[in-house]
Amino acid sequence: MAQLATVVEEQHDKKTEETALITGSEAIAVACKLADVDVVTAYPIRPYDTVMQYVCKLVANGELDCEYIVAEGEHSQFEIVKHSSACGARVFCGSSGVGWMYAMEALTVTPALRIPMVAMVGNRALDDPGAFGVEHNDALAVRDLGWQLVWVDSAQEALDTALIAYRVAEDRRVFLPCAISCDGAFLTHSQALVKIPTQDQVNKFLPRYNRAELLLHPDNPITVAPQGNEDWVMEIRRQNYAAMERSYSVLKEAYADFARIFGRSYGNPFFEEYMTEDADIVLMGMGTLSTPVKVGIRHMREQGKKVGFVRLRWFRPFAADELAKSLSRFKAVGVIDRDYSFGSPYMSGVVATEVRSALYSSSGNKPPVLGFIAGLGGREVTVPDVEKVSASVYQAAAGNSQPLTQWIGLRE
Amino acid sequence: MGRLFAIEIIYRGIYQKTLAKNISRAIVLAAHREGKPGISFGRYGDSPERNGIPAKNFAIVATDDVTLEEGMAKYEPKEVDITIAVDDTLCKGVESWAWYGLQPVNRLLKPGGTLIVTSRENSDAIIAMSHRKEYPYQLAILKGIPSFSGLWVYKDDHTDVRILGMISKILPELFSLKSVQATIMDEWHDPVKSTSAAKSHEHTSPITVQPSQGNPEVPYKFDLPKWHEMGEGIAIPSIPAGHAVEDPATHAAGGYRPDRNPTFKKFSTRTMRPVVNFDTCIKCTLCWLQCPDSCFDVTQEGLYDANMQACCGCGVCEAVCPVKECVTMVNETEFKDNSSQWEAWRKDKQTYEAWLKDKIKSHGERSHGFRYKGQYEEQVPEMLEIAGKD
Repeated sequence: MAQLATVVEEQHDKKTEETALITGSEAIAVACKLADVDVVTAYPIRPYDTVMQYVCKLVANGELDCEYIVAEGEHSQFEIVKHSSACGARVFCGSSGVGWMYAMEALTVTPALRIPMVAMVGNRALDDPGAFGVEHNDALAVRDLGWQLVWVDSAQEALDTALIAYRVAEDRRVFLPCAISCDGAFLTHSQALVKIPTQDQVNKFLPRYNRAELLLHPDNPITVAPQGNEDWVMEIRRQNYAAMERSYSVLKEAYADFARIFGRSYGNPFFEEYMTEDADIVLMGMGTLSTPVKVGIRHMREQGKKVGFVRLRWFRPFAADELAKSLSRFKAVGVIDRDYSFGSPYMSGVVATEVRSALYSSSGNKPPVLGFIAGLGGREVTVPDVEKVSASVYQAAAGNSQPLTQWIGLRE
Repeated sequence: MGRLFAIEIIYRGIYQKTLAKNISRAIVLAAHREGKPGISFGRYGDSPERNGIPAKNFAIVATDDVTLEEGMAKYEPKEVDITIAVDDTLCKGVESWAWYGLQPVNRLLKPGGTLIVTSRENSDAIIAMSHRKEYPYQLAILKGIPSFSGLWVYKDDHTDVRILGMISKILPELFSLKSVQATIMDEWHDPVKSTSAAKSHEHTSPITVQPSQGNPEVPYKFDLPKWHEMGEGIAIPSIPAGHAVEDPATHAAGGYRPDRNPTFKKFSTRTMRPVVNFDTCIKCTLCWLQCPDSCFDVTQEGLYDANMQACCGCGVCEAVCPVKECVTMVNETEFKDNSSQWEAWRKDKQTYEAWLKDKIKSHGERSHGFRYKGQYEEQVPEMLEIAGKD
């Protein structure tokens, strides 16, 4: 049968890394080219549409040879790549906000069928009101379904993480889809200097996708996704549970190999720690709010306040043990959520609730966790916001009662 | 703890869905007249909206609410006081839609429990079809043809009330005939139905079936794999494509037999099966072409042998066959095994011819709901006559 997802020949390959000024979306498009994806489906919605435009341009310029299919909506967009992946193709797609939600049925069956799809979510507020700005509720909507979910905070990390995503998703021990979340505007629409790895490095890092006995092909006749009743469903779910469990260690392997081959290390794959060594309190969050938080922390440090930052990178799998162990070193934790979960415990955002849950069963010190909802709909999270958050977390660290959920940057 | 009663009604999908529901509901309502709480439900994993597929309804009744909860805490009862099979061909075995093995019709019966079967056959024929049980049980036959109809329609031939009358005789602790009759009047407002119930109550005389009696075959089983033994990705490997057929007389190989799923057999979906006259077959291929289950094996001489592992008994082959009595549907009760008709014909054509004639002559009631216009008008009076005499 035809060989799919072959590695790109060394035709006009650059032997050394180059640096390019590109957006986060473009960085992911470059990763698609380096990974030599076979099938890309597209349907426009801001801010994801930037990535489809860049991939499209690569195809038009003859830099990437793939099937590029513009679907009639997100549901078919995700279904088409799901089926392509079942046929052994390396696939890429993505969406944003309500577009992602429109694809929801396809999104639920993709992990269930163990399809290693890689998608970019250009994080966008869910309608209504129609808004382009970032919120994380779109990608978080699939958090329970078997999707591996990662948030990146720079174009460089977007490119690197896309390569890692292919490697982990397509690992036979995992075979689960992965969504790379890029904050709308801050990452998708802003250009930064990015090191482009060589094809040779990528070929060393990323093996060919091999669907093995699950390949849907006339030479390997199988039935995929038959009906199953209560005698089967639990066992099937348990298999996905095991796959997600394995994803944790496969991710670690991939990051270690990435550092070895590309000479760039991300340290702990699951979360990044910033100025935590001597910190009294830490702030937490996902995505590009890391920039104002880091700047705020540097300002506060000048005033003698020992604040650190833990940026959660991988939300699924969630490194609960490691995180709880790390957080046990601090007197209090403030989680800034760029999402909401109305009616949740203490009305907190999703990340704050997960962090509390991770700490609850930990044997170490359990610092109080304050939840902050900020930056919704793309609103700026400012440095003064960060200082305000820190002040409240310091109060909690001193044993003074603080509201468990606070809205920051709200007109009130 | 009080007493718990459980009754199952095994029926055929679509054709008897309403019938089974009516019986199940009436059991609970009649018991309720005597102060007993109860519930009535269909087994959710079944697929009662699929033609002829065996499915189950359950009525669970208790002497008090707390005891009833003991019965409700199970997905379905593990044992029953009475099993009702509203079609006698179900006695060959029951496979739910999930298809994980053949369940004997009497599988859930308690020791001394009663199997009620609607049939025109005698008890010997019913016992011969039913699998052996390790302890004795009772068998009661309700004379009649299977009350088959469509999804939303219901054949008002008194099968339901006659069964209720029988239950009041077999299990008087559950409810009396008086309660049955009061329920009938409440539900159907029909004194003739009430009389039918009383007649069947009167005539009910179960016999005991001993462990030594019945079909000795061990029903085929399918062990469910553990989660880590299953393939991943909800993908099932296909069965092999197929192979040639060996002629039992000449041992020559030829023709084509598609391989069939070893865990997906269709024996118990069938209420009738085709018998084929290989001598009059003109090899037009229509039966082979039109069979929705690809059940026909092609022999080396180009004949078509209906494979009984794959046949659902739908009757399409008979309908499309252009030759008179070349393919004839015959009631499933007429057959004791699933062996190849073509092989029997190849071995001994004269014996086969005689066998075929006999089967066609006594083909009995054809099933599958309403197959022709006027069937209702024809069958209901016949059933009412049986009910009146019985």
